[in-house]
Amino acid sequence: MTTEVKAVTPTYSEAFQSGVREEMNRNKKIFILGTDLVERGGHFAQVKGIAQEFGLKQVRDAPISEAAMVAAGMGAAMYGCHPIVDLNFIDFSLGAMDEIINQAAKIRFMFDRPVPLVIRATSGVALGGAHHCNSLESFFAHTAGLSLAVPSTPMDVKGLIKTALRNEDPVIFLMHKKLSGIRGEIGDENYFVPFGKAKTIKAGKDAAIITYGYSAVTATKAAQALEAEGISVEVIDLRTLYPIDQDAIDAAVTKFGRVVVLDEAPLFGSITAEIAATASERNFKSLKGPIVRVGAVRAPLSANPAMSEAAIPSVDQISKAVKQVMSY
Amino acid sequence: MSKLDKSTALALLRQMMVIRDFEETADKLCLRGKVPGGMHNSSGQEAVAVGTLSAIAKDDVIATTHRSHHHTLAKGYSAKSVMAELFAKSTGISHGRGGSMHLAEVTEGHFGGNGIVGAGVGIAMGAALGIQHIGDKKIAVGFVGDGGMNTGRTWESINMASIWKLPLIILVDNNQYAVETFVGRVTGGGDLAKRASGFGLPAYNIDGQDVLEVRKYVSEARERALAGEGPTFINALTYRYYGHNVGEKGQYRTQEEIAQWRTTQDPIDKFTEVVISSGFATQAEVEELRASVRKEIEEAVAFAESSPEPEIASITQGVDSGKLGVQL
Repeated sequence: MTTEVKAVTPTYSEAFQSGVREEMNRNKKIFILGTDLVERGGHFAQVKGIAQEFGLKQVRDAPISEAAMVAAGMGAAMYGCHPIVDLNFIDFSLGAMDEIINQAAKIRFMFDRPVPLVIRATSGVALGGAHHCNSLESFFAHTAGLSLAVPSTPMDVKGLIKTALRNEDPVIFLMHKKLSGIRGEIGDENYFVPFGKAKTIKAGKDAAIITYGYSAVTATKAAQALEAEGISVEVIDLRTLYPIDQDAIDAAVTKFGRVVVLDEAPLFGSITAEIAATASERNFKSLKGPIVRVGAVRAPLSANPAMSEAAIPSVDQISKAVKQVMSY
Repeated sequence: MSKLDKSTALALLRQMMVIRDFEETADKLCLRGKVPGGMHNSSGQEAVAVGTLSAIAKDDVIATTHRSHHHTLAKGYSAKSVMAELFAKSTGISHGRGGSMHLAEVTEGHFGGNGIVGAGVGIAMGAALGIQHIGDKKIAVGFVGDGGMNTGRTWESINMASIWKLPLIILVDNNQYAVETFVGRVTGGGDLAKRASGFGLPAYNIDGQDVLEVRKYVSEARERALAGEGPTFINALTYRYYGHNVGEKGQYRTQEEIAQWRTTQDPIDKFTEVVISSGFATQAEVEELRASVRKEIEEAVAFAESSPEPEIASITQGVDSGKLGVQL
C-alpha cells in the first residue's frame, strides 16, 4: 500500500515570493527595498528567504523613512532599475504620498520617461486599529499614472506581480493582510495575469456582486448562503482597480440588471461609487433598480475586534443588499 | 581639478552670462504674460549652477528644484529648448508638458526640476541607488534650496545616501530666502553643514558666488563618490536678485541688501575680474562674449515665440504604458 502525499499548496505570501523570485532570476535590475525584509522576511513573510538567496544588494533593509524609500525606488526606476518598495502596510504610504502621487505618477506624462516601480503593501481591515487597517484604494485609483492590483488568491498574486515586473508602470500592489495565510494553486513561470481583467469566481443567474480583495471571500460566503434561499448570485473579482475591467462590469449590468458593489473602504468617495456611477451612466436602461453599494462606515477603524468587525460589511449585510436589488 | 585654462575659463564665464541674460529676458517676457504659470528667476545664483555642472560629467544625473533654469542651461541644454519650455511649447525640453518648474531630459541624466520643495534630493538619491545597483561610473547631484533644507524627507534621503554610501552630492543652492522667509529665522542650529555632518558625511559651507570654489568642491565630492566613499553635502551660499516669483513686490529685505550683493558679490563680475587678470581675455573680448550671448538669447526667444503649441489631442497620451492589460 502506498501513501499518497498531497503537496501543500503555497500561501498567498509565498505566491508573492514565488513570482518575485522568478522575475529576479530573470532580471537583475529588480531589487526590493523596505523595512525588516532581510531577517524577518517582511511583516507577512512576503519576501522570506529572498535576501538569503539573492544577497543584500537585491534585498535592502531600509531605515523607517517612507518618503525616502519611495524616492529611492522612483529615482532608481527612472535610472533603469525595476525596484519593489515594500511598505508593509499601505497606511505607511501616507508618509510618502508626495513621492507617489506628485512624483512617480506624473513623470511619464511630463518627462516621457517610464517609472517601472512596484509599491507593495498590505491593505484592508484586520486587527490593528486605526493606523494599520486603512483601505486607501480610491486615493491611488484616482491618480492618473498609477495602476492598482488588489489580488484575492495566491494564483492572482503571482500572476499579477509577474505582469507588473515585466511592465514599466508604477504599480500599487495591495495584498489583503487577512489573506496572507490562505493557500491555493499558483501558476508556473509562464503564467501571467493581465491587469484590467476581472475573474468570475462564482457563477450565478440572478444578480452579481462586483468586488475585490478580501471582500471576494465574504461575497462568496454571502452567495453561498443565498443559494439556500434560492437566489443565485454571481461573484466577480476585479483583481485590479486600474486599469479596471469595464467590459466585465458592463456585461454584469446588462446580463443581470441587479448589481451589488462591495468593498471594505468607507462608502463615501470609495471606488465602489465610481463603479456604480459609471455603470449607471453606461447601462442605465439595463438596470432593474439602483446599484447598491456595500462598504465600511465613515469612521476610523477601532482596536476593539467587535467594533472593527462592525465597521465593515458582514455576510448578512451583503445578503441584504442582494435581496434589495432582487426586490426591484 | 587641473589648473584653470583659457578655454575653460571662457566657457564658464559665457555660461554664466547665458544664464543671466536668459533670466533677465525671460523675466520681462513673463511680466508680459508669455510664461504660463510664471517662473522663478535665478539671477545672482549663476556660479552655483555653472560651478557644479562644469565639474560633473555630461551624463551624470541631476534632480533639482522649482528654480532650475540655471541648472538646466548649465547642464548644456540650449536656451532655445529651455525658453520654449517656459512658453510651454511643443519644442520645449519637456514638450510643453512641464513648463518652467519641470525642465527635464531623463535619458540624458536631467531628472527634472520640481514643483514641490524638497523633492529633488530624494529623486537624485534614488538615481544614485540605481547607479550603484547597476555598477555604473556616474554620480547624481540633488539640488535643494534653503527652504528644502527644512523638509523632513530631504534628511531621510541624506541619511539613506549616507548609510548606503551612494554616489550622491547634496548641493544646497542657498539663496537665503524660502519665498519671503529668511533662512536664519527658520533654521535651527543655523549651520547647515554642521546639521548635515551629523548624518555621517563630509559637509561644507562654501562661497556660492565663486564659480571656481563651487567647481573645486563639487569635483572633489565627485571623486569621492566615484571611489565608493559615499555622498557629500555642499551648502553654497548665494543670493537671488529678484523675488521668489516674477512680479513679486516683497518687503522682506531691503534694497540696500540687494544692492550690496549685486555690487560686491556678483558671480559674473567676480569671475570676469579673474578672467581679465589671468590674461584669458581683454575687457573688449568680454564685451564681445556678452554680445554673442545676447544674440543667442534673442534667437531663443524668437524660437520659442514661433514654436507650435502641443497638440491638445495628445492630452491623455503618455500617462502610462497602456501595456499592463496585455496577456503575456
